[in-house]
Amino acid sequence: MSTRLATGGRLLNKAKPVNFTFNGKNLRGYEGDTLASALLANDQMLVGRSFKYHRPRGIVAAGPEEPNALVNLGAEGRFEPNARATTTPLFDGLQAASQNHWPSLEFDVGAINKHLSRFLPAGFYYKMFMYPRAAWKHVYEPFIRQSAGLGKAPKATDVDTYEHFYAFCDVLIIGGGVAGLHAALTAGKSGARVIVMEQSDHWGGRAPVDGGTVDGQPVDKFVDGMVTELETLENVTLRRNCMGAGVYDHGYVLGYERLRDDSPHVQGPRHRLWRVRAAHIITATGAIERPLSFAGNDIPGVMLAAAVRDYLVNHGVSVGDRTVVVTNNDNAYLTAIALKHAGLDVPAIVDARVLPQDSQLMEQAKALGIRVMMGHGIASVKGGKRVTGVEICAQAGEGAVLEEISCDAVAMSGGWSPVVHLWSHCGGKLRWDTTQACFSPDVDNPPLGADGMGFVTPAGAASGVFALDDVLNDAFAAADGVMTSLGFDVPRDLKSPEAERRQDAPMMPVWLMPQGASVKLREKAWLDYQNDVKVSDVRLAAQEGFVSVEHAKRYTTLGMATDQGKLSNINGLATLAGALDADIPSVGTTTFRPPYHPISMASIAGEARGTVFQPIRRTPMHDWHDTHGAEWEPVGHWRRPYAYKQGGESTYDAVMREVTNTREKMGLLDASTLGKLIVKGPDAGRFLDMMYTNMMSTLKVGKCRYGLMCSENGFLIDDGVVARFDEDTWLCHTTTGGAERIHGHMEEWLQTEWWDWQVYVANVTEQYAQVAVVGPNARKALEKLGGMDVSKEALGFMDWADGELGGFKVRVYRISFSGELSYEIAVDASHGQAFWDALMVAGHDLGVMPYGTECLHILRAEKGFIMIGDESDGTIIPQDLGLHWAISKKKEDYLGKRAQERSHMTDPNRWQLVGLETTDGSVLPDGAYAVAEGENENGQRNMQGRVTSTYHSPTLGKGIAMGLVLNGPDRMGETLIFPGTDGKEYQAKIVNPVFYDPKGEKQNV
Amino acid sequence: MSEPVSALKNISDLNGIAAIREIGPLGMITLRGDLSDRAVQDAAKTAGGANAPDQRKINAEGDGGVAWMSPDELLILCRYDEVPLRMTNLQAGLSKGHALAANVSDARAVFEVSGPRAREVLAKLAPVDLTPGQFEPGMMRRTRLAQVPAAFWMTDAETFRIVCFRSVAQYVFDLLKIAAQPGSEVDFF
Repeated sequence: MSTRLATGGRLLNKAKPVNFTFNGKNLRGYEGDTLASALLANDQMLVGRSFKYHRPRGIVAAGPEEPNALVNLGAEGRFEPNARATTTPLFDGLQAASQNHWPSLEFDVGAINKHLSRFLPAGFYYKMFMYPRAAWKHVYEPFIRQSAGLGKAPKATDVDTYEHFYAFCDVLIIGGGVAGLHAALTAGKSGARVIVMEQSDHWGGRAPVDGGTVDGQPVDKFVDGMVTELETLENVTLRRNCMGAGVYDHGYVLGYERLRDDSPHVQGPRHRLWRVRAAHIITATGAIERPLSFAGNDIPGVMLAAAVRDYLVNHGVSVGDRTVVVTNNDNAYLTAIALKHAGLDVPAIVDARVLPQDSQLMEQAKALGIRVMMGHGIASVKGGKRVTGVEICAQAGEGAVLEEISCDAVAMSGGWSPVVHLWSHCGGKLRWDTTQACFSPDVDNPPLGADGMGFVTPAGAASGVFALDDVLNDAFAAADGVMTSLGFDVPRDLKSPEAERRQDAPMMPVWLMPQGASVKLREKAWLDYQNDVKVSDVRLAAQEGFVSVEHAKRYTTLGMATDQGKLSNINGLATLAGALDADIPSVGTTTFRPPYHPISMASIAGEARGTVFQPIRRTPMHDWHDTHGAEWEPVGHWRRPYAYKQGGESTYDAVMREVTNTREKMGLLDASTLGKLIVKGPDAGRFLDMMYTNMMSTLKVGKCRYGLMCSENGFLIDDGVVARFDEDTWLCHTTTGGAERIHGHMEEWLQTEWWDWQVYVANVTEQYAQVAVVGPNARKALEKLGGMDVSKEALGFMDWADGELGGFKVRVYRISFSGELSYEIAVDASHGQAFWDALMVAGHDLGVMPYGTECLHILRAEKGFIMIGDESDGTIIPQDLGLHWAISKKKEDYLGKRAQERSHMTDPNRWQLVGLETTDGSVLPDGAYAVAEGENENGQRNMQGRVTSTYHSPTLGKGIAMGLVLNGPDRMGETLIFPGTDGKEYQAKIVNPVFYDPKGEKQNV
Repeated sequence: MSEPVSALKNISDLNGIAAIREIGPLGMITLRGDLSDRAVQDAAKTAGGANAPDQRKINAEGDGGVAWMSPDELLILCRYDEVPLRMTNLQAGLSKGHALAANVSDARAVFEVSGPRAREVLAKLAPVDLTPGQFEPGMMRRTRLAQVPAAFWMTDAETFRIVCFRSVAQYVFDLLKIAAQPGSEVDFF
């Protein structure tokens, strides 16, 4: 039984009991508990089922390395799957549920998989589900989906908020144990800007549990002293519950701060993602204890020795009444001693080593009356959902049982691995430490910054030193070195404090227990608890030729679970090395990638959700449109009215009404989104002649000209009307989505190719609200407003003029994208809404109605005007669209000219723009292809054209379309067949693309 | 002529950890030219009432001033109603050389974020070192606020003035409001 002890629990506030539920059962813990410690206190050792065999799984660790205790947390808007019980703080009302079992945690049908384990070996996905192919979709995948998977996907929207925070510092210290704190003091007192991130809620790391004395005082008091001192330093920031998640190039670090995980109902962000730029990073990330590989090491009740100690000291929890300690090092003796001091029984310490003489800790243990069995190991653990005993064997043998000891917990220790993840994220190399059997940072090969110097330094246990005095000395040396390299002066009187030295006996690497374990035992010796990878699986992989650690990992799934192999990796690769008869360093490790430990997806998104998921650009008249029935269409980041619905009208009816009204009376279009670039300078004319396919330098002041822009490769990238303001100033209109892109395009050419040309470009798109006043009544409305002369004589087609209308300072362009009499009028954006209102009043008796982008599209299509993005798609050149008239023959050069002379561009078989008219007046499906005879080399039907724009024209009372067709302009009158995705075949005749007013009489009145 | 209307009609939110106000419209003129040219410097000074500043600096007082925008660009600040006059003066001063002056007053929205935690609010949105001493009145940053371009400077030790494009004014206001939500104190600066 695991239970709460009457005394102990240094992190608990026993005055504050906390109620929570696990699988619906009401349980009780204390403030200061983690979910894991509270579950153990309630004898809830069984917390889940493994991924593949659905084996019962209990809590193994006490920190982020925990592989088993993953739970579904919370409900609805606060539901979160795969939460680690060991890192989840307990709070009142917490709801947790175990994962990956059916129908219940105690009785699980999937557990029969374990009897099938012979048929589910390493690489079983690849082996079993290859044939027949169809079975994958219908048999295997549904089966795997049902049986695999851990937590459930959340269904409700997350109700919490999240944020980012940008911070800068000289030194970022990851880890608030004794090493991190001591390094922080050294750096802080040297005057550096320091940030310390500690993943847990408390300072000091393992030291307060493991004990020892520093400068004559107990280490926990020493930690308190350091924290108190650090808090007085203004240049030091201490953050608890903030995990260094990843180290990236240029000293960039992500920190994951959990602000409300223990108080979900308090207002404020739940998580904060720190985005830090540090001149240097110190990784004081400590070390993680390794499990031992013996048969039955996955049975609930088998735990890491240090975790047993943590729960005892930190939370006053005993994981069992009788705990057998099994180890290959001295550190685990601390657990036995602590248990004994707490009045619990330790029937034996099973130590794989054979040593000439007892170390300090061994003597202590023996003095407490604990039986120490040197040279022994565990042959097998007895029990199902809970440990009931262990079978003892000789470590050197093959597992013959010498003795059975009954117990309800096993505390194991296979040695310690420094947490090298953050050191390695950005390329820090590792070296194999033979004495301690672990990989530690190779300080001669650190991750390098832009200056070629290392920007990460490990400190303390993270650099491979484990004794308290070594840890402190190492941290001081690390901080001292970093300070010096950054140019700070470390005060001379600063030195490392003296810690009491304990003489430990050396550890002995043990990768399998007993070392000659039979296949039967190896099949029960787990390496990866979460993904069910055993010693036998890794050996099989090696046998089948997976000699690279990266391949063996993927083949066996070792270390691929949500814990990323924090416990299993070293044991797994040592097993692989053993099977290959290779040494461990030559096998190497898999790659360490951020994040160190899973972080919430929402913290990565930060504030970017809901209203600010993406910036939406609004014109000055946006709100008016919104209150007048606008149905919105996204155009770039802008929102433009697609149509304005009146009464109960359908969108389609609204569009038809808008077209007819604009053709017959008068329409208003918010054209503010069109790009407006001022191009000015002595070389501006020359520059624009290069930018556009046609001549802009010859444009007269006061005039407008339509122009096309191509990329260097000849493809059409933008179009718009250009106006000449004065001798060396032009205004270029771009498409709505093109303003920033074309501005960048111009700047790029000016800065890289024609850097000596005297031209400046300014993007003034948003300075103006622009309104297109369109239709036969347009002039009357403007005359009603009064002010400048807008007559045909004073302001002809393709003229522009500055003036006043209705008291507004305006610039009027007589341009038309509709074929009607049309004025595009620009006013300063701050007056845009007022000007729009004035036009609505002036046009009231003239039949004014606003119109949206779909109406605009139909109006232009009726006139055969192309639209960038409809008729062009990045592969179209102006010549394809019959725009030869807008391509200057006189100019020596323009961007795209040479490209357009390439053989493929001059191929007469390039599809050409034509108009299309259905034979029955219906509307062609958008994007439909015209089929031709025969099949191509891939056995597909040959094509001879496609639809680029298609609408119902209320003006003409029939469907009209534009399309690109093989030799189209030469095939007028021919009928093409367009199969639709609706199963119907559409017939359309090739016609002139200008359907309406081909002579242009209406716009020129 | 109607009264000029700022993008959000001077909306404000005073419930968070810093006060947020949309101010303006303010007068703003983009000036592109050779910043080492005396004529450009003089014209900028006349229009903005202050000397052209060094890189990433701003010389401003009240609503007037000159800000550095890029190696060949300054931003002239003035009262909104003074823009036409300033533009005329600028054009006159620049008539002999090659330079471009454009009125961008209406293309922008201006926000003020103020209070002891104003730095924290900005540091949630802009990748800028806002530590006191590293960023102070007189400095100018062209940067981004989350997903949109923005520029800001401090008018006093606890007040930022932020300029963004007019079309994204609502986005920026919403961003600032979220970044200043109650309970989101960072206690970093």
